[in-house]
Amino acid sequence: MTLRKDLAIIADWITPQSRILDLGCGEGELLAYLRTEKGVQGYGVEIEEARVVAAIRRGIPVIQQDLDRGLRNFADHSVDTVVLSLTLQASTYPRELLLEMLRVGREVIVTFPNMGHWHARWQLGVLGRMPMTDVLPHTWYDTPNIHLCTIRDFESLCRNSGIVIHQRVVLNDHRRETWRNRLLPNLFGEVALYRCALGAR
Amino acid sequence: MPAEIPADSVGLVIPQTVTFSAPLELECGRDLPGYTLTYETYGTLNAQRSNAILLCHALSGDHHAAGYHSKDDRKPGWWEHLLGPGKAMDTERFFFICANFIGSCKGSTGPASINPETGTPWGLDFPMVTVRDWVKTQADLADHLGIAQWAAVVGGSLGGMQVMQWTMDYPERLRHAVVIAAASKLTAQNIAFNEVCRQAIMTDPDFHGGRYYAHATKPRRGLSLARMIGHITYLSDDAMRTKFGRDTRGGKAFSFGFDVDFEVESYLRYQGSSFVERFDANSYLYITKALDYFDPANAFGGNLAEAFASTQAGFLVISFSSDWRFSPERSREIVQALYTCNQDVSYAEIEAEHGHDSFLMPIPQYVAVLSAYLGRVAEEMGV
Repeated sequence: MTLRKDLAIIADWITPQSRILDLGCGEGELLAYLRTEKGVQGYGVEIEEARVVAAIRRGIPVIQQDLDRGLRNFADHSVDTVVLSLTLQASTYPRELLLEMLRVGREVIVTFPNMGHWHARWQLGVLGRMPMTDVLPHTWYDTPNIHLCTIRDFESLCRNSGIVIHQRVVLNDHRRETWRNRLLPNLFGEVALYRCALGAR
Repeated sequence: MPAEIPADSVGLVIPQTVTFSAPLELECGRDLPGYTLTYETYGTLNAQRSNAILLCHALSGDHHAAGYHSKDDRKPGWWEHLLGPGKAMDTERFFFICANFIGSCKGSTGPASINPETGTPWGLDFPMVTVRDWVKTQADLADHLGIAQWAAVVGGSLGGMQVMQWTMDYPERLRHAVVIAAASKLTAQNIAFNEVCRQAIMTDPDFHGGRYYAHATKPRRGLSLARMIGHITYLSDDAMRTKFGRDTRGGKAFSFGFDVDFEVESYLRYQGSSFVERFDANSYLYITKALDYFDPANAFGGNLAEAFASTQAGFLVISFSSDWRFSPERSREIVQALYTCNQDVSYAEIEAEHGHDSFLMPIPQYVAVLSAYLGRVAEEMGV
């Protein structure tokens, strides 16, 4: 079983035998991998009908639920890790969602498309058009992605919300980690992956 | 029955009965001195006896879940849309069993049956039966058929309550539990509806304290009224609007009297009076009480997660958006409890306009979810 590079990094970060919640789990590829390869107990949360059916067909426990309506049904610290993969930008209340995730899990893994990527900047800054990339393939008038941010934006939100970043990986448009991404992540990173927890208060 | 049996129907089925002569100890503390179950089966039990699925019916349902009893049958069984060769509940892969529960009136022992001590119908002397008792009788049936473990137990509404009870009382005897349009307990509003229905029956002058059998009559008006009330609550506001609107019968002008003017009145009266012909009023009383009493969390200080803690089944919970009698919120409570106690659970909330009755309908997303889950169960069982 091989995973997409960004999912493989997430999978690496997950502790074997732990309990996780995968928000916006899609068809359950990540959970299927984690259940078989790492003995993880996990639930997916998904709103889209066809994806719910696909996840069920895969044998993944999936709960059909709208993330915009919160995570109230999941108790405090009821899982080790909450994953939100390429979904933050589609949520109505990203900050509240992040804080909810940190209530439910000890740790969260968040990934999102970086709007600071040079290609997006080129499209907006030079061509004067709303950016469309392979991770953001939608036109401005027909997109689920309503809260786009850059790496700097996200890190500033973390700082202001008492969220501590434990690990960060930035992938380029070929989903690879290169020296350029490390040097100038906000310019060359297309997808950003974070491992965060709440800081001591 | 249609002129020709559709290829995706189980076709003609013959109900079977089994009688257990040992006294059945009931939750209420009384014993039932033996009992009969009437049941139907669909599909073929495999050599390993591993492909059996128990279906649990709802309040007014019975053992006749699919197919036809004779060529003169106007309607097939209640789950015909979902149960048959190649359907969501696929009789080519699984062996399905559906038994009428005791206290009902469709062939299993109930208040209209003869009390062996008196030689007359039980009436209200019939002991109170509960969801737990039904599950016990279904376990007796499984023993009788040589089924040690169900591949799944599936039920909607009151049937879903039986499914949950199964996971708690016989955790090792089922691999999967499919709980559809159910609740872990009735709300006050729901009990209130049941009480109005019971009062309608019991205050009918023809009720005779439940001994109407001896008077060669039955509480027609009361039972009919109970059914009319029930029917309103099983449909959604939107479904009624779509189906009837404010149409008058035959498009006629108002009568300015108290006879039927609107289509919806005509429909409800028809539903009420036809129900009287096929259902026993005492059974209605007993079954609604079993609904009201169901609350497995009660023994755990109201903590449903603890009630589910020792279950071993994988769960699929399904609810319908317009169901206000067993609303999605009630299903979410079940899911939350299962999540809390670390059980495998999937949950689908189906967009549907038919209210509580949606669980009987072939709604595409509902069919897809059920097919996907049972397809997975079939793979797991190698069938």
